Amino acid sequence: MNPQPAPARFSVLGQLALYALYTVAGLVAIVWLLGLAAGSTGSAVTGGAIDTGNNAITIALRTEPPQLDYGRATDSISLTVLFHTVEGLLTYDDNMALIPGVAERHEIRGDGATFWLRGDARWSNGEPVTAHDFVFAWRRVQDPATASAYAFIMYPVKNAEAINRGELPPEALGVRALGDRVLEVEFERPTPYFDKLVAFVTFYPVNEAFFQSTDGRFGASADMLLYNGPYVMNEWIHSASMRWDRNPDYWGGHKGFIDTIHVGYITQDVNARLNLFKDGQIADTQLVPQMLGEAMERRWQIDRSMDGTVFFLQLNFRDGRLTANKNFRKALLYAQDPVEFVYKALKEPSYMPAVSLFPFWIRGAEGYFRQEHPPTPHEYNVAKAREHLELARRELGLETFPPIHLLADDSPLGSISSEYYQAVYTRNLGLELRIDKQIFKQRLAKMDAGEFDIVVSGWGPDYDDALTFGDLFSSWNLNNRGRYASPEMDALVRIAQSELDPVKRMAAFGEIQDLVHEDVVIVPMYERGWSFVVDPRLKGFKRRAVGPEVDYTYARIDGRAAD
Amino acid sequence: MRFTLLMWPGGGMAWYVCKRLLQGVLTVWFIATATFFAMHNVPGDPLLNDRAMTPAIRANLEARYGLDQPLLNQYLIYLGNLARGDFGISFTQENRQVNDIIREHFPVSATLGILAVVFAAAGGVLWGALTALYRNRLPDYLIMFLVILGISVPSFVVAALSQLGLVSLNNLTGRSLLPVAGWGSVYHMLAPALVLGLSTMAYLTRLMRSSMLEIIDSDFVRTARSKGVPPALIFSRHQLRNAILPVVTVLGPQIAVITTGGFVVELVFAIPGLGRFFVEAVQQLDYTVIMGTTVFYGAFLVFMVIVVDLLYGVIDPRVRLQ
Amino acid sequence: MGVRHTRCRQPAAADRAYAADAVNTSLQTLFRHPCLQSRRICLVGSGSMRGSGELMYSAADFLPAGERRDAHGISRPSLSYLEDAWLRLKANRRALVSLYLVIGLLLFTIAGPWVWRIDPAAQDLDQVSQPPGVDRAALIVPEYQSWDGSGPEGPLHVVGDATSQSVRLKWDALPGANGHRVYRNVFPVGPELAYGMPLAEFYNNAILYHEDRLDLRPGRYYYSVVALGADGAVTDNHQTIPVDVRRVTTLAEARERGLSGEQTGELAVGDSIELQPHPFGTDYLGRDMLARLMAGARVSLFIGIVAPALFVLFGVAFGATAGFIGGRVDQLMMRFADFVVALPFLLFMILFKIAFGIGPGESGVMPMLVAMVVLLWPATARLVRGQILQLREAAYVQASQLLGARTNYLVLRHMLPNTLGVVLVTLTFEIPKAIFVEAFLSFIGMGVAPPTPSWGSMSNEGIATMLTTPHELIFPALFISITVLAFNLLGDGLRDALDARMRNAG
Repeated sequence: MNPQPAPARFSVLGQLALYALYTVAGLVAIVWLLGLAAGSTGSAVTGGAIDTGNNAITIALRTEPPQLDYGRATDSISLTVLFHTVEGLLTYDDNMALIPGVAERHEIRGDGATFWLRGDARWSNGEPVTAHDFVFAWRRVQDPATASAYAFIMYPVKNAEAINRGELPPEALGVRALGDRVLEVEFERPTPYFDKLVAFVTFYPVNEAFFQSTDGRFGASADMLLYNGPYVMNEWIHSASMRWDRNPDYWGGHKGFIDTIHVGYITQDVNARLNLFKDGQIADTQLVPQMLGEAMERRWQIDRSMDGTVFFLQLNFRDGRLTANKNFRKALLYAQDPVEFVYKALKEPSYMPAVSLFPFWIRGAEGYFRQEHPPTPHEYNVAKAREHLELARRELGLETFPPIHLLADDSPLGSISSEYYQAVYTRNLGLELRIDKQIFKQRLAKMDAGEFDIVVSGWGPDYDDALTFGDLFSSWNLNNRGRYASPEMDALVRIAQSELDPVKRMAAFGEIQDLVHEDVVIVPMYERGWSFVVDPRLKGFKRRAVGPEVDYTYARIDGRAAD
Repeated sequence: MRFTLLMWPGGGMAWYVCKRLLQGVLTVWFIATATFFAMHNVPGDPLLNDRAMTPAIRANLEARYGLDQPLLNQYLIYLGNLARGDFGISFTQENRQVNDIIREHFPVSATLGILAVVFAAAGGVLWGALTALYRNRLPDYLIMFLVILGISVPSFVVAALSQLGLVSLNNLTGRSLLPVAGWGSVYHMLAPALVLGLSTMAYLTRLMRSSMLEIIDSDFVRTARSKGVPPALIFSRHQLRNAILPVVTVLGPQIAVITTGGFVVELVFAIPGLGRFFVEAVQQLDYTVIMGTTVFYGAFLVFMVIVVDLLYGVIDPRVRLQ
Repeated sequence: MGVRHTRCRQPAAADRAYAADAVNTSLQTLFRHPCLQSRRICLVGSGSMRGSGELMYSAADFLPAGERRDAHGISRPSLSYLEDAWLRLKANRRALVSLYLVIGLLLFTIAGPWVWRIDPAAQDLDQVSQPPGVDRAALIVPEYQSWDGSGPEGPLHVVGDATSQSVRLKWDALPGANGHRVYRNVFPVGPELAYGMPLAEFYNNAILYHEDRLDLRPGRYYYSVVALGADGAVTDNHQTIPVDVRRVTTLAEARERGLSGEQTGELAVGDSIELQPHPFGTDYLGRDMLARLMAGARVSLFIGIVAPALFVLFGVAFGATAGFIGGRVDQLMMRFADFVVALPFLLFMILFKIAFGIGPGESGVMPMLVAMVVLLWPATARLVRGQILQLREAAYVQASQLLGARTNYLVLRHMLPNTLGVVLVTLTFEIPKAIFVEAFLSFIGMGVAPPTPSWGSMSNEGIATMLTTPHELIFPALFISITVLAFNLLGDGLRDALDARMRNAG
């Protein structure tokens, strides 16, 4: 159309190149300006995953900690941050054993407990941590105005529940400071596991004067918190990064070996975290099954640990539900094989097919609970399942079964679980399952309202005691969303709550375990775990089943001692 | 269509701006109302959590967020707060004001968005001009092929692949040439901004190309050529300048789209932008954050449209002359 | 104005008279479709130019044209609007290829499941995440029986056959071990002592066996048993053996899937058979990718085509009404459209999607559809209103009105047909956008509910396995890209063919 002479084109191109040059210059200027602007919204970490010279590491967190006001915190990421920076009466060591924290020693009796506090525990503003800090913190948790979602965990303390309901003033709480260094607790009922409870964040101390000075913004930013743990959070840029520095005033030398921990990245995307690890930017990362092939190819030393959570199909016992029929539930139990689900569908080497409500790491009277009280092995038996289904059909007087509603959340695991179980029950029992996939809060609302037959759910531990799982199906427990109710279970839970003899107490848990299996309250699926990889220069890193998700308090950089 | 409004009789520019702003406020009210009722229509309960609550704890929480009021009261209270510019406290990040969330995270999205638009505009004009110069020859085909890729591959695939590419690049060279994810320096922005601007760049390239071709065939270019004006001058004075106009026109709306549409890129590149907050807030049914982000983005969009309309009159003399 | 019009303005001598005649054609003919009419002339004009060659003018050419009886006759065969567009489209090779692609995709979606009769939800756990074209030979073995760790003693060895059903390992306690951890690797353990993935650990020496059933594929594995130190930490003390795993299946599985061996007659344990073929491989639950792509196409194309069709239709009705009525009603209606346009689209898409909710067993396609229709109609409405306003002022419409045409006639005869081109083009361009929206929603986990597949949700699932089994991402992503591309190019072609005025409008 417009043939241009060849030499002319060269100058046209020259013109264009000139414009390109202007553009590039402009771009550089803009980028530079934007870079200045971005400095305040994130922090550039340059040391890489392991900075041996500065004794610092960089890590990534899954999400922003939503709530660092520990009187109100509920989630595992907040727990993780708080575990590194604040310390309660007792805490955990690197093998998940309970060790002294702010309390040097303690005594638990039938009617109460006494904690003797150490004199050298200090807040990061230099003030000592006293018994009054605990009294203030605990009263605040129960105060209705605080609206703490985890207030229930303190209900074993005398009058706690009444205060939380607004029937008594917070001062009526059964906890007193006898001087600065003795904390006296009165129980509502015998609570033999109270030492495990006080390691939980809800029981952490709060300095009253500092709390008042925050003017309702306690925990909102790095300077709106006081620290008494092995690390101090000196910087927190929301949703972007944090910096934890070793607390020079921490009383013990057994924790906190790394000088600085940079939380350089906060991202939910597990692929992004893997890429950061591959790029040498973070010290450890989780591996999902699809990543294991590459991890092996890169000759990484893969590790695994339990996450603590047990997943199961919770069945609905409300009247009119098919799942209220025991034979129907037995059919559901026998017709599926958690081994196939975990190993073939999920392909997760770190997960364990579940057989019981209690995960395998729960401690018993002496050793592991499940060694003392072995659960009934799972029986995958389609023929038997069909027999039970036939019995159920006759008992219910049905020609055919109506569709079953399988409720699940919108996570990828929720999808795989529901797809797998839908196919299994269709294939083995000829049942029609309808998947009801809902966002998290919607699923919870439906669970509370009982709008399901089966729901894919999980239960994680709050504290290191069998009761954190054991009381789940008592008739008064609001988390018993299938509304299973049996006097036998309630009686057993009462024993488990208050029995002071550990052997008898564990026996009660053993019976709870058998009852859950016999009544098919749940169909166990798996115990969740983590496959992960750690930079070989970092030693002593732990992933935990109870408390924080990841634990760097015992971590140290290899070869650091040599230089 | 919108631009014809600028031909206001008597030239009452101030009055016109006032009117537009008033319409904008009305629009924001409409957005707030639609969001409020759509959100409260979502089945589920923002206060629920994994651990069930006793009725006492629940009542305490409801009182804290004002959920114990009837819906209409909540709406009126909300509008009142909105008028004062107060979006309330987040449900999931219970210590943070939604205002703070927006203030801290919108600049991140905006920075990324601006850079993406700049990339897109600069790239679009350059590539578009090149393709037009080399019409139906190799560079044209090559660039158009890339454009087609940019248009037809979903953004999450592009983002994931480009991150993987960065890792390979760093591993291959043995140095951290560009960060793989995160935020905080210029280098963190380059890759995500390119990915974010990619589809817009492709779109602008196409636009620039056709716009250039049209002008190459136009009368004034032919006239200039026949007068013996050197091709380079024709190119810079006539073709490029006139061809850029339509690109500038679509750029305004594109800026708004890009600065608000970075969910995917923010997620994949671990960027603390506002987009992530909205998606997470919806999944968590965080009422105040949903309201805050929607109303804020809505207001931003409305404002951008007004600004672009006004600017258009400045840029294009033809509109002014009429 | 485009190339063709430029040519049109320089008609050959022989045609000038014709062109002049055409301008003088009776109002009736001309007013029917003025712009189309002129384009028809273009076609004719350029056609005859090709034959005429050089332009030669003589004085006679500049004389007034004489009276001609047949001046009002039409000398060329009349082309309808669509015939004309079709001719143009056919001349555009890219658009034509796109058209064939679109037809192919529709065939794939509609007829595909009739040809490839595999249930997209059927899980084949013997072939999980299988890339296309792998060896499918399998041996029939008895049903799985659980194992209590019995078998011959000795250093690390396999008990029984190593099959894809299970690998049974047994070992003697390593010297000084306080327990053992079992690892599996697909590579030999090198000097880095990367043992592979940990399968199990035993914190005492009571248990010296392990049965591996984790996602076993045919091929060679390297199993290691590593001694644990006193603190439970992994030591360098280890033993590794290579194990060759064979693919097996059980009789029940084979019967259920209707497989038969090479030999006729009843299958028996020990027979070798071929497992079900999966031409596009399988996904993470062993479901046939081809069947899922077809089923996914139904969802993605349904949303991609029906949603735009609905909101464009609504937009046309809304815009036409507003434009035709005009005045205050028009102002009010357009103000409302402005409100809807101002809603941040993706945010509201997500919000509406969950507000409409999905019941048990529903796929979630309908809420997505409704949300799209509610949010996306105003663009079309504005466009159509603008067109209608323009057309209302057009000379031929006013002439038609003067000639006594009724409103119905005006709308149906002049207004709507003349907006048809714009609407069709908009529709074609909205389709890829809708497909992207579906993919985006699936990416953030708010797409269709399982087990319904869609291309978006399939690519989202595939991203996780991008490196190990790329086919799970490539196929759905490719289908999305092809579809989006085809509709985009088709849109370009249609725009050129239907309405030359819009050709460069972006």
